[in-house]
Amino acid sequence: MKRRTLLQSLTTLPLAAGATRLWAAPSTGTRLLLVFLRGGYDAANLLIPTSSPFYYETRPNIAVPRPGADSASALPLNADWGLHPALRDSILPLYSAGQAAFVPFAGTHDLSRSHFETQDSVELGQPLQGSRNYRSGLLNRLASTLGSSGAMSFTDQLPLIMQGNALVPNVSLRSVAKPSLDARQSRIISTMYQDSALKPQVDQGFVVRDEVLRELGAEMNSANRNAISARGFELEAQRIATLMKDKYNIGFVDVGGWDTHVAQGGAAGYLAGRFEELGRGLASFAREMKGAWRDTVVVVLSEFGRTLRENGNRGTDHGHGTVYWVLGGGIRGGKVLGEQLAVSPGTLFQNRDYPVLNEYRAVLGGLFSRIYGLDATQIEHIFPGARAADIGLA
Amino acid sequence: MKRRSPVELLFVLLLLLAGLLAGCAAPTARPDAPALTLQTGDTADVLNRVTWGVTPALLKQVEAAGLVRYLEQQLHPDAAPLPATVQEQINAMTISRRSLEELQHDMERMRKDADAKPSDDEKKSARQAYQQELTRLAREAASRSLLRALYSPNQLREQLTWFWMNHFNVYQGKNNLRAMVGDYEERAIRPHALGKFRDLLAATTQHPAMLRYLDNDRNALHRQNENYARELLELHTLGVNGGYSQRDAQELARVLTGVGVNLGMATPRLRPELQDRYVRHGLFEFNPARHDQGSKQLLGQTVRASGLAELTEVLDRLSRHGATAHFISGKLAVFFVSDEPAPALVERMAQTFLQSDGDIAATLRSMFSSAEFAQSLGGKFKDPVHYLVSAVRLAYDDRPITNVAPMLNWLTRLGEPLYGHQTPDGYSMLRAAWSSPAQMVTRFEVAKTLASGNTALFKADGLPEQRPASLQQANPAYFAAWQRNASAATREALKQAGSVPEWAAFMLSSPEMMHR
Repeated sequence: MKRRTLLQSLTTLPLAAGATRLWAAPSTGTRLLLVFLRGGYDAANLLIPTSSPFYYETRPNIAVPRPGADSASALPLNADWGLHPALRDSILPLYSAGQAAFVPFAGTHDLSRSHFETQDSVELGQPLQGSRNYRSGLLNRLASTLGSSGAMSFTDQLPLIMQGNALVPNVSLRSVAKPSLDARQSRIISTMYQDSALKPQVDQGFVVRDEVLRELGAEMNSANRNAISARGFELEAQRIATLMKDKYNIGFVDVGGWDTHVAQGGAAGYLAGRFEELGRGLASFAREMKGAWRDTVVVVLSEFGRTLRENGNRGTDHGHGTVYWVLGGGIRGGKVLGEQLAVSPGTLFQNRDYPVLNEYRAVLGGLFSRIYGLDATQIEHIFPGARAADIGLA
Repeated sequence: MKRRSPVELLFVLLLLLAGLLAGCAAPTARPDAPALTLQTGDTADVLNRVTWGVTPALLKQVEAAGLVRYLEQQLHPDAAPLPATVQEQINAMTISRRSLEELQHDMERMRKDADAKPSDDEKKSARQAYQQELTRLAREAASRSLLRALYSPNQLREQLTWFWMNHFNVYQGKNNLRAMVGDYEERAIRPHALGKFRDLLAATTQHPAMLRYLDNDRNALHRQNENYARELLELHTLGVNGGYSQRDAQELARVLTGVGVNLGMATPRLRPELQDRYVRHGLFEFNPARHDQGSKQLLGQTVRASGLAELTEVLDRLSRHGATAHFISGKLAVFFVSDEPAPALVERMAQTFLQSDGDIAATLRSMFSSAEFAQSLGGKFKDPVHYLVSAVRLAYDDRPITNVAPMLNWLTRLGEPLYGHQTPDGYSMLRAAWSSPAQMVTRFEVAKTLASGNTALFKADGLPEQRPASLQQANPAYFAAWQRNASAATREALKQAGSVPEWAAFMLSSPEMMHR
């Protein structure tokens, strides 16, 4: 077994106070979009351990072939890792430009292997031991730390990660319709809630409705004339960019459909299609942010990885360590970062999964600290009890 | 005064008669069960919780018959009929006329015929027709479910049917589940909604919708798939903190090997010594050749190899486990009492659950009798299904709707379509999940559409649209009283309404309507 540690991970140390900042402070001009892949996506087929014979042995039907001339082979990132070929035109160009990085063996130490328990756990961002506050999500604490009112959840419901003391609005951009309630009716309805616990939600709901209408009005009016080709997540991501460019600096969106127990495919097939759609959406987000992309960071994560071995149905079951993606116009990308191990039978966690070597609270704490110039006390507020680790992302 | 059709009058008379007869035979059906005692006198408040929403007619009926008697009837539903026009709508559905086996056969033939079409264009349109038919079948199931929620006299059973469908959630978007969800609700869930939890659980483990949704139809010896096993422990019985381990999930997956679905006519050829253990009813199949024949260890006890009987033994253990009693009681209390039910209440319910061998009606009776239940009335935030069904019940109490389609679309906009939750955890029952800024505004939009005397709800195929009376005109006395009892802020807003539909839009948007 070859234990291998990349140069960058040597700097996995608590952040020194007053470390040089790459980003201006107070960095509310910095924009952060967190993309949650719900269902535990198969990270080992996204970032493929191409130097591991074991990966190929244990995935006879679903492995992505080693880099080669064939267009259905992994795209080489370095000697050990390759990228899924479905991301050739979307994420690979960002990686080559130093605007995308991957962190394998990332995740939480939560071991329930339950989607819901682990998603909650990650969204809360609190220590696993001791009692947790189920009304306090990590992005909500980030918003209150930054004192910014620019957080927005681009979802139908307000997810746990955005719940907490700061009132964060939500709006789903999958489909946007013109409202039928006029201004007077809206005002009268809000007055009914003046003494209600729901008053903040109602007031903010009307405000956000009007803002979205203003921002997306051009798109909605021109929709028929210059046929917008974007659909699904790509269209949603473009709309998110339109709003984040001008208005919101902390965003959240979730994407489902990753729980691939059966027939997930390899270089082509079901999961490849999901990667393709996601990659296209993210690349289009980056483009649509225009100049603001330089100050924007996108983090893509999931609750856990999947079993390294394929199961009896050409799929994979719930695992542990996963791979985080970090994208941004100003990040130090083009690298696979963080603590790493060779993928072999001996390095599997519980003889089935990737281990977690890069605990998410440490990694995100380190990232937030760099991009927002936060000090240790502020990071402690967002990730209580965590030791922020600078793995060289930004 | 409100006009009543002869059918409705007959129906009310029958109910009253049933009430009288039940009175003679003591309505507490079980001699060993403690009597139901209510710690509140507000009939409308109790009805708003126990039913899909109070209506003027129901309030009148229950005030006449007595609330406790009504609740006992709700806990032990009889074959009370739906209004005739509603029953006709249901009878006309394909899912009412074809069994799941027949539907499966029809759909399979349609699919094969499509694949056999000579040209690509014909193939494409035949496949599209196949997909549309699947979607139509699922919409029938959802329509039937909503019609019952709106109009069944057995309101509690229909609420529990929705609750258990959500607890044992399946997603219609997977495979051909759209053809199965109706049967799943009709035969696995609804008959057991107020019965024994053990029977309910067992019915879900043998229904093809569940077995396909959680991939157990693919779970076999040497090709193990632990998806269903894990959710069965985590979401259906013990709960995530119920004390099981990763090993238990794997062992239960072994127990579940061979428990699957056979969509064809043929039965597998088996070695003689396995033939006795083969089980088939309908589309359900236990194939011993796919089953792991070794003994298993679950929750510290051995499960001796015995084919499908292993699952029977395991379900006995799981349904009588203390963790299950607490998990199910807690979930019922969240649904019926509060987002954070008092631990003492959950404990009492769990004790009833254990003592009654998982009797759901008995568990609910101990909940209805509690002080916690009485104190919580009016304080539970409605999720979208509760909001919409209660609004339609109240707004159009005097006339059953003839077209459910607009309601299905509104539920999608509100984020809670039937059979539409992708993951097995089901929809949240907590206020925080449904009261975000965007969700509140969408509710108001729906309220306005609903209040406009939405003619689409009364559109029937081939008939001209009929405009219903708006809610205020239908029952002025009830709504005048409603307005008097509303908060000062709500009253003030209602005064500013410039038209009858606008009055209704404000009323359906009020904080009072958002809670039950």
